[in-house]
Amino acid sequence: MIKEYRTIQEVAGPLMLVQGVEGVAYNELGEIELADGSIRRCKVLEVNGSNVLVQLFESSTGINLEQSKVRFLGKSQDMPVSEDMLGRIFSGMGNPIDGGPNIIPDKRLDINGLPMNPAARDYPSEFIQTGISAIDGLNTLVRGQKLPIFSGSGLPHAKLAAQIARQAKVLGTDSKFAVVFAAIGITFEEANFFIEDFRVTGALDRTVLFINLANDPAIERISTPRMALTAAEYLAFDKDMHVLVILTDITNYAEALREVSSARKEVPGRRGYPGYLYTDLATIYERAGRRKDSKGSITMIPILTMPEDDKTHPIPDLTGYITEGQIILSRELFRKGVMPPIDVLPSLSRLKDKGIGAGKTREDHAGTMNQLFAAYAQGKEAKELMTILGEAALSELDLLYARFADEFEKRYVSQGFDTDRSIEETLTIGWELLSLLPTTELKRIRPEFIEKYLPKKAQ
Amino acid sequence: MASIGTIVKIAGPLVVAKGMRDANMFDMVHVGEQRLIGEIIEMRGDRASIQVYEETSGLRPGAQVVSTGAPLSVELAPGILTMIFDGIQRPLEVMRQMVGSCITRGIEVTSLDHNKRWDFVPVAKVGDKVYPGDVLGTVQETSIITHRILCPVGVEGELVKIQPGQFTIVEPIATIRKADGSEVTVQMLQRWPVRKQRPYKSKLPPNTPMVTGQRVIDTLFPISRGGTAAVPGPFGSGKTVVQHQLAKWADVDIVVYIGCGERGNEMTDVLMEFPELKDPKSGKSIMERTVLIANTSDMPVAAREACIYTGITIAEYFRDMGYNVAIMADSTSRWAEALREMSGRLEEMPGEEGYPAYLTSRLAQFYERAGKVKTLCSPNEDREGSISAIGAVSPAGGDMSDPVVQSTLRIVKVYWELSSSLAYRRHFPAIDWLNSYSLYLDQIKEYMNNNVMEGWGDLHAETMAILQEEAELQEIVQLVGYDSLSASDRLKLEAARMIREDYLQQNGFDEVDTYTSLAKQVAMLDLVISFSRRSHEALKAGARVEDIFAMKVKEKIARAKYVPEEEALTYIKNTKQELEAELASLLTKEAADND
Repeated sequence: MIKEYRTIQEVAGPLMLVQGVEGVAYNELGEIELADGSIRRCKVLEVNGSNVLVQLFESSTGINLEQSKVRFLGKSQDMPVSEDMLGRIFSGMGNPIDGGPNIIPDKRLDINGLPMNPAARDYPSEFIQTGISAIDGLNTLVRGQKLPIFSGSGLPHAKLAAQIARQAKVLGTDSKFAVVFAAIGITFEEANFFIEDFRVTGALDRTVLFINLANDPAIERISTPRMALTAAEYLAFDKDMHVLVILTDITNYAEALREVSSARKEVPGRRGYPGYLYTDLATIYERAGRRKDSKGSITMIPILTMPEDDKTHPIPDLTGYITEGQIILSRELFRKGVMPPIDVLPSLSRLKDKGIGAGKTREDHAGTMNQLFAAYAQGKEAKELMTILGEAALSELDLLYARFADEFEKRYVSQGFDTDRSIEETLTIGWELLSLLPTTELKRIRPEFIEKYLPKKAQ
Repeated sequence: MASIGTIVKIAGPLVVAKGMRDANMFDMVHVGEQRLIGEIIEMRGDRASIQVYEETSGLRPGAQVVSTGAPLSVELAPGILTMIFDGIQRPLEVMRQMVGSCITRGIEVTSLDHNKRWDFVPVAKVGDKVYPGDVLGTVQETSIITHRILCPVGVEGELVKIQPGQFTIVEPIATIRKADGSEVTVQMLQRWPVRKQRPYKSKLPPNTPMVTGQRVIDTLFPISRGGTAAVPGPFGSGKTVVQHQLAKWADVDIVVYIGCGERGNEMTDVLMEFPELKDPKSGKSIMERTVLIANTSDMPVAAREACIYTGITIAEYFRDMGYNVAIMADSTSRWAEALREMSGRLEEMPGEEGYPAYLTSRLAQFYERAGKVKTLCSPNEDREGSISAIGAVSPAGGDMSDPVVQSTLRIVKVYWELSSSLAYRRHFPAIDWLNSYSLYLDQIKEYMNNNVMEGWGDLHAETMAILQEEAELQEIVQLVGYDSLSASDRLKLEAARMIREDYLQQNGFDEVDTYTSLAKQVAMLDLVISFSRRSHEALKAGARVEDIFAMKVKEKIARAKYVPEEEALTYIKNTKQELEAELASLLTKEAADND
């Protein structure tokens, strides 16, 4: 028999204090029944003797200290999962919102998941071809990686993410593929863009969507990514699918977390975010990966907008410390009309070295990649110098590099959101660009590859 | 005595229990029905605050808390190498076999295998007088490491029984009669509380270099055996790669690698890659000398605080056997954040940026357990061992004024600052040569001059001077352009570029370049510096700077790092001769032109 309590003492923001409670467990899920019979959910944040501090998952509107009743359900927050979730749309709390029936659960899973044993992880090493040169060629994505997109307000990160979801494939395999998409506090238009894109390309049938929009209660956002990842874990590790998870926008998630933290009057860390923001984000991001005992994988692309395009803001900063690299979008390139505006120099994929080379992409990939990076960096420096001192001050070689940098942005990076380039095409464009430079400058490529792949110049 | 209390409060990893008057500070306790492992970190009246090393959800007030009466300890015995443990020394591979891919709660498992038999070979004889730290016998634990079984701390007397044979680590292998006539049986397994430093005879000054095979470290900012170093850097600057490279190539006997609050895949990388890598000295897999401790960022935060101590205690145990040990902690910032989180839950007054006021003293306690020592053993014997500690620091926003960086800098002697601007240019290892330093330089200079190459000190000084001068010249270039520089300044810039690109840059993913022996390093640096010296002379003698820049030998100098060790010294010698020849031909050509 579940006991009901009418002893709510305090409601402040997303927190509620209940007194005189017995036998309630830490992290237990609860229900609040309002006077009109509607049900809100909450979970236990702290137990101190018979006082319980709970966090509401939904808005506190209408809660009445006298009449509202609280029940504790004796379990932690879980959700039903089944393969039928594919093609369905859920709210940020996991309820179907596409008019379809409820999911008949195959099993119920705790949305917080469990930490993965590092000894059970399998190292991600399978190359994913996204068809985007700046990613495939220079910041290669591999299966089981978590690679965030650091964007800014107004930059086309949604288009890039949709392009990745549409084009991503592993060469030479024919395995089951699914997309789990979590909208966290984004606008209706942005969410709709994704849904439409999935619908048009026919990807919707193999997609699970969780939608928490900007006008939904902020507090629900804390559950949304966890719901999405629980579904992803089920599909990947129980059903052996290769799952691509897109979470957008993590900045909204972190703000919801800050709201709870400040309501609890915790000592704030940087910019008011709680000191445990790193740990909390890690429990989300670290759920990506592969396991030795399962064929499936979770590849994660979280998107976050950097406030004021500042990479040292706590959210991108802590994310960068957890994820395996980052793709950074640049406002400068966007203004120049480079699409997608990927700033390749500060972008990084930490796992690229395991995913490229002979047998995976091509033997010359690593060398050309390093050479392109170095040449582009040098070209950018030359261009900076040019703006200060004028073109005349540059040596002949620097002028070549400056031209290289322009060509590189135009031909390599700016491919548009609809072009799907194979890795061979990407490498070929790379070699064409490198042929702009004298061969003696190509120090990072082995001589035999230069001999084999460098386009022969017309005599 | 074990005491039993009941839970009154649960807040994240912090649990408060009452009725704990008989428990001691830092006792290990079992919490709740699932017997979660925790440690008492504060006592008030009969209330104990406990940090729980496992996820606490589902715990209820009223549940039992049982104190074990002993502090959190690690098991030390053969079988510890090649293992991967969590923060409180539970074997992760065994846990995977027990419960599958995810770490569930309340798993009770011994740290080491108590059933495996080891071949014990006595060294001490019956009738010997043995002191703590004396070698009683040995076990060949892996093909490269002989595990020395030491007389336990606090046991001294006459050896009355010792026998060879196959034993498990909990079976008696020897009996020692103490001065008071009582007899102590000794097993291979020893337990040691993680927060207590293991004793030694005396500390020694660290004066021999720990060769790492990384050119920028060994040449510019060397670390000695028994030294301490910090590697701070923003994300993406290659902290973890530096740590991995050190774990792979440092010339030490034992490596303890602590993945503290970092990525799960990084530990997997180590687990998969290390068994395949060969130690340049022994030719055996480097995993055979490695112990891994993993508390990845999704694992419980309280165990993160403990993992550093678990690691250093294991390192001390091997040091006591007379080995040189290196311990890498990646990253100490996550450890400090774990401290901060517990401190916040205990409602302590925060210091800088919310970190507790005792942050610096805790960090110092950890780094001070490193060092070169005379280990415990009988008075007429001498045995040396060392622990070199290298901690990565992840400053928030890459800002070096971060409290963890600043606290660490007050303790460590070597500072390798990783710079994001070098990382953007794909200059790896991205160790900033202008800001980094090593306080061991003087001791090591003496060693290098005497043992590796005469004049090493001058070579080092000249390299640093060229790099320093480059920074100044670059500022001028930014203002007035490259063309306004004198020929000699341009040559200096070119020499600096060659030091940077052809010497300091090192590709950890290239088979040859990943490790450079000291002999090859010195030869390579000598080659680059020779280029600088000789071409300056040639310039004075009338050669044109453009001709010097166009010399063919420069490309050969650049390729030197990719030449395998066996051929390297000959290659470099030949290249040096070519350099002389080409410079000489430049001068004759110049003279001919002038005629």
